Amino acid sequence: MKAKRVLATTSRILSQLRHDPRTLALMVVAPCLLMTILKYVYQAQPQVFQHTAAAMLGVFPMLVMFLITSVATLRERTSGTLERLLILPITKGEFILGYAIAFGIAAFFQSVIVSSVAIGPLGLKVAGSQLTLIFVAVLDALLGLSIGLFVSSFAKTEFQAVQFLPVVLLPQLLLSGLLAPVETMPGFFHFLSHFLPLTYSVDAMKKVMMGQGSFAHDFELIGVFLVLFLASGAMTLKRKS
Amino acid sequence: MTSAVVIKGMKVVRDGKILIPKLDLEVPRGKVMGLLGPSGSGKTTIFRSIVGVQAISEGSIQVLGLEAGTIGLRNKIGYLTQSASIYSDLTCEENLKYFSRILGTTEISVNEIIELIDLGANRKQLASTLSGGERARVALATALLGSPELLILDEPTVGLDPLLRIDLWKLFHRLAQQGKTLLISSHVMDEADRCDHLTLLREGKVLASGTPAELRAQANSSEMEDVFINLVGAK
Repeated sequence: MKAKRVLATTSRILSQLRHDPRTLALMVVAPCLLMTILKYVYQAQPQVFQHTAAAMLGVFPMLVMFLITSVATLRERTSGTLERLLILPITKGEFILGYAIAFGIAAFFQSVIVSSVAIGPLGLKVAGSQLTLIFVAVLDALLGLSIGLFVSSFAKTEFQAVQFLPVVLLPQLLLSGLLAPVETMPGFFHFLSHFLPLTYSVDAMKKVMMGQGSFAHDFELIGVFLVLFLASGAMTLKRKS
Repeated sequence: MTSAVVIKGMKVVRDGKILIPKLDLEVPRGKVMGLLGPSGSGKTTIFRSIVGVQAISEGSIQVLGLEAGTIGLRNKIGYLTQSASIYSDLTCEENLKYFSRILGTTEISVNEIIELIDLGANRKQLASTLSGGERARVALATALLGSPELLILDEPTVGLDPLLRIDLWKLFHRLAQQGKTLLISSHVMDEADRCDHLTLLREGKVLASGTPAELRAQANSSEMEDVFINLVGAK
């Protein structure tokens, strides 16, 4: 693994983002807007806002990075740039790491801004540190990236890639404990929620909000999912077809 | 002197369709070899097999003494795909810089190639705003980075200004004189004369092979277009 090629890839992806200010703006404005709506929807029940907003701070980066990654890698496949790169001296690991660092940086800035808006003007109370919150958000972003990378190999067009969002992420959202605590779900769904990565990120975010509980278990499992999806994603980057 | 590329008994099947039934082909080292044939004749499939992205079902391909697709070849082949494989949301210069950093070549070589391919005016322009010919030139420039030993160019002169086309052919020959091997495809028969060596291709099979003069003699015609037609008729 050569750091030079990883960093070249990271800075290439960041340049691509820089040339697309609209996407950059949407990445930040959309979550802030949704947070604001959430605040006023639950105006009568501020404790519900507390609870949901916390989880949403983990959901946004995952959602956005899932979408961006699946479309970006699909573009690399269809435009021929991926095939072009894979015959050059870059390894799949370097390629994926380049993406992970670039989108990790993007997720970092996204969550700094969104969480500051939520904590500041929207009055979200965070008992834990904002830094931990941002760390969890970046982990979630990487999770979204890894799932997006893996899923994009099943899509032939950008149209299909986008359609994977409701299939892959919405069930996770319903079962993650965002809407109802996982403990109260029927046996099978409760069981199923243990195998869904979003469950652990929602759990970690709630712990940051309450400022209590250990992250070890959540981080461990998020790490496992991350490695699993990244490895599967790497296997879908085929040199030969 | 050994050939740069030696293909023996290659068969390529894709989605149940036989694209190349059985192909033997040699690309002489240090020459400009043209692969001519109508679209669908298998030119791109042959190129993809040589660079190692197309799986072959039978036969063997040796490239610069190594098996096609081996790690040792990764910085020795420059490949220009038919549709320009560049990042449309990057500028010309950013595209070239990225590929050069992956190859480990220097900044100077990026500047040299921008001069060589006459992209100076488009340097800071986003690739998505370039014309088709300009995009093709950026892609060609990325293929030339790192001065690879073997250049595989899939229709490099399509849609280019005739003057630039002449310049590029001069450049191709200059590279061949430096010892590089060039394999160039075209469906334009009038470009055939610019190659040292020609292989005519139709439906995945070699129709004829030789110098332009040899092919003329074989088909008894002076126009390349007629050479192709006569040879198809003779089969």
